[in-house]
Amino acid sequence: MSGAADRPEVTPEEVERVFKKLDQEAESAGYHLNPDKEFTLGLIEGMLVNERRYGYWACPCRLASGKKSEDLDIICPCDYRDADLSEYGACFCALYVSQDVVDGTRKVRRIPERRPAEKLSAAAEPPAESPGAQPGEEKPGAPDTAHTENPAGAAPPHPADLRYPVWRCKVCGYLCARDGPPEVCPICKARKERFERFL
Amino acid sequence: MTFQRVEGTDKGRIVLYSLSTCMWCRMAKNLLRDLGIGYEYIDVDSLKAEEKDEVKKEIKKWNPDGSYPTIIINDKDCVSGFDEAEIREKIK
Repeated sequence: MSGAADRPEVTPEEVERVFKKLDQEAESAGYHLNPDKEFTLGLIEGMLVNERRYGYWACPCRLASGKKSEDLDIICPCDYRDADLSEYGACFCALYVSQDVVDGTRKVRRIPERRPAEKLSAAAEPPAESPGAQPGEEKPGAPDTAHTENPAGAAPPHPADLRYPVWRCKVCGYLCARDGPPEVCPICKARKERFERFL
Repeated sequence: MTFQRVEGTDKGRIVLYSLSTCMWCRMAKNLLRDLGIGYEYIDVDSLKAEEKDEVKKEIKKWNPDGSYPTIIINDKDCVSGFDEAEIREKIK
């Protein structure tokens, strides 16, 4: 058991400070915190309590196991946030909401749990619904540079043909081609361990 | 493992499984309080590991997602997640 008892209590000042930071980061990346500020502060307080307990921001509305490797997908922002934002206008705990919710034209209702009941093993595997497989549109007159011989819909180039591996942020889908994933996702601020090798 | 008892009108055995950090759970508690209904609750995140496992099994019997809040009404009905209309309807 961690020495949670010796840790200082979460203070309203700390909650407010984190709120400001998250709000700024969200807005600069096209995301929005829930405009119901009291609700949002309550969730942030819950995340900070979880940080004291587990050492990371486990979703306040899910029961964390306390083992980081098992909880990675539910560290805020969780792997399910963007899909839930698209489908329900809010993430599972409703810390993040979509523009129409901010505008008041959509109401947030109960959000079903998207996390697989028996969560898949932690092994990094390519995503099942690979967005990389979109049918390529042939642009007339496109220059015939290297690696453009793929007919529409063909498999992506073999990883061996790439000069760099491609990394995908499991939270927001950001892709980058470099030797390793960045320390922090420049879009959603998820940490390095939330990236998977995409190509 | 002890349930916290909140006094109020007797509508049978109303059991709320909640997380202390979850705002939807807090809304469920507030709704039951505002309706003046007697109920018992347990903040599952505050339990010891063995107790958590036991409670998780119990919740899954009613709510396969194992999500919070889960309200069990008289050992025969369940509301999974916070839905004010459904809670009002099922606890009459």
